[in-house]
Amino acid sequence: MSNTVFKGGVHPDYHKEMTDSMAVTEMKVPERVIIPLQQHIGAPCEPLEAIVVGVPVKKGQKIGESSGFVSAPIHASISGIVTAIGPYSHPLGRPVQAITIESDGEDLWDDQVKPAGELEKLKPEEIRKIVREAGIVGLGGATFPAHVKLSPPADKKIDIVIINGAECEPYLTADHRVMLEKPEEIVFGLKVMIKALGAEKGVIGIEDNKDDAIRVMEQIISEEENISVIRLHTKYPQGAEKMLIQVATGRKVPAGGLPLDIGVVNHNVGTAVAITNALREGKPLIERVLTVTGAGVNRPANLLVRVGTLVSEVLESCGGLKDTTQKLIIGGPMMGLAQPSPDVPVIKGTSGILALTDQDVYLAESSPCIRCAKCVDACPVQLLPTAIAQAAEHELFKQAEKLHAADCFECGCCSYVCPSKILLTQWIRIAKAEIIKAKKR
Amino acid sequence: MKMDKKMVVSSSPHIRTTESVQSVMTDVLIALFPVALMAVLLFGYKALVTMAISIATTMLVEALWLRKRDVFSDGSAAVTGLLFAMVLPPAPPWWLVVVGAASAIIIGKQVFGGIGYNIFNPALVGRAIVVMSWGGHLVGRIWSAPQPFIFGADISAVTTATPLAGHEEALAVSLTQLFIGNTAGCLGETSALALLIGGIWLFYKGHIDWRIPGGYIGTVFVMGILFGGGFYDNHLLTGLFYVMAGGVMLGAIFMATDMVTSPITHKGKLIFGIGCGLITMLIRIWGTMPEGVTFAILIMNAITPIIDRFTVPQQFGGG
Repeated sequence: MSNTVFKGGVHPDYHKEMTDSMAVTEMKVPERVIIPLQQHIGAPCEPLEAIVVGVPVKKGQKIGESSGFVSAPIHASISGIVTAIGPYSHPLGRPVQAITIESDGEDLWDDQVKPAGELEKLKPEEIRKIVREAGIVGLGGATFPAHVKLSPPADKKIDIVIINGAECEPYLTADHRVMLEKPEEIVFGLKVMIKALGAEKGVIGIEDNKDDAIRVMEQIISEEENISVIRLHTKYPQGAEKMLIQVATGRKVPAGGLPLDIGVVNHNVGTAVAITNALREGKPLIERVLTVTGAGVNRPANLLVRVGTLVSEVLESCGGLKDTTQKLIIGGPMMGLAQPSPDVPVIKGTSGILALTDQDVYLAESSPCIRCAKCVDACPVQLLPTAIAQAAEHELFKQAEKLHAADCFECGCCSYVCPSKILLTQWIRIAKAEIIKAKKR
Repeated sequence: MKMDKKMVVSSSPHIRTTESVQSVMTDVLIALFPVALMAVLLFGYKALVTMAISIATTMLVEALWLRKRDVFSDGSAAVTGLLFAMVLPPAPPWWLVVVGAASAIIIGKQVFGGIGYNIFNPALVGRAIVVMSWGGHLVGRIWSAPQPFIFGADISAVTTATPLAGHEEALAVSLTQLFIGNTAGCLGETSALALLIGGIWLFYKGHIDWRIPGGYIGTVFVMGILFGGGFYDNHLLTGLFYVMAGGVMLGAIFMATDMVTSPITHKGKLIFGIGCGLITMLIRIWGTMPEGVTFAILIMNAITPIIDRFTVPQQFGGG
């Protein structure tokens, strides 16, 4: 089944061929992990009372928890001894409290880790609890706690669950590999979500540059009555929640609203697999598949990596970085975060590690806007990026707000297309931050 | 492996299109190539001389004004120079070309702050200034008749009026002639065919939106049918005459679509195009001056900020 396209978007060079045919390999268990206590959107976790320097922990043991609803607990990803609790550099920027565990070389599971039982016998409430206790967050990169998305308010009826297999970010192939290698787990995860939400049907959306994944998923759902696969036109940011939902269901998320306002919940393919693992085996989210790629990486790969592994160690396992590497990015090239150094841990939301070289790192100076309106055409939420950026530059934040700056989700298309190389997305981010600040006052 | 090396840190996105202002301007020059070629084929070496003087002047004046050694730079001055030549008769006096081209850059562009900040289309500012100042060289029966494929032709020998001068002149040319361009007129305006080829290239490269030329040409066509005076029994052909005669095609494809001086919103572009068409036809049919296209676009340039302001699109999921 083919579908319509959303307005706007761009067609960058995808470079997915670097890793898309490489099966996921498991990285060797690291000697040491540094597990940040905040790896999700929402309230940060505190170390559990029993977790102090010197205590032994097992793989899968809960080590951090928060009382907030919008939060997800943190688990040990290896077995060993807690050697430090304190701030450590974090891929999102500021240092965050983290628990360091030195491996005991045993890699033993905690005895709390056990199957949850048959899906048929579980009540929605129990599913939500399992998902929460497993610390599952959105693995597409936004890291929104998964159980929250499975707990809609009573007045919101959810009828469609969408599994996001678009993977529209250039370079990244982790979701692609997961779809090829764990299709059954994805479908089971989707069924769990459908049950937890009382939804009617499930839809799996995949961009048409992953034809093999589409075929594999279509094959596996051929017997399912209420699950379908949708072939998405390859265009960035097709995997953005609003764009995916519009193309897959014809419904538009209202400005400032959430998918659940229109009866839809949307999860990444990796999240679906994590939910399956939590139900079937009781495994909390302590590892994830990520793509290590870019011209700066000696041996690009798709790796299954323990949460808390240092990015520098992941890179070493891929033969290290070339000397020409200029930029190290956590995530994809369109929305990922540039890191000053690889001394940061992999977290639940780390979908990729991308090393760009001299040729890729484009540091042209901005020139004046020539009003070509290519940013206007590229904006998937129909904003006027250049007008908002100009308002921000002149500190006219009220004006930026009137131009709906708050609706920008920072996909980066405007900056990407700008022939004058203006940092449009960055200016709009500034405007958004100021608008939020003004609201709080 | 050097793990202690400091990496470049910047805000996302981390990849950019290879397109630049220079590449966009180069694409516009490429789009103008068939138009320029046709001008030389029709009017001979004098057309080439006029274009060369104009481009040399705009590039030099801009480089001097900005104290830059790189005369081509972002390419925008060359575009202005070539466009200015396109709205001149085939063989105007050299000083008129120099003064007009220099005015286009200085008064049309640099006094406003240079590229991106000008309100009016620079080439048309140049045109307006020379028309007002030395109308005798640009208005009336001054137009050289084309002498196709004679490169060394002395085209100033025979002069005539353009097809837009009146009923008689209109019927003196066939629509096929207008389409190919074998008729009197400004260097770049006579050949609808060459202009279409250039327009298709710009559209293919994504540098123009259909709304401005579409709105402009569509409006001229409809008004030509309704109020054009019916040169042909078939009113559709009269509409087509108004589209192909004079500067409408050149204006709609290359002048009104000037990025800096036209609206950025989709709705605004359509309004802009329709506005240009309306004013052009008002001037052509009921005005006393022959400068329909020039002033239509300059007037719409002036109200572009207002158009943008009132056509802010509804954001995704808004309303």
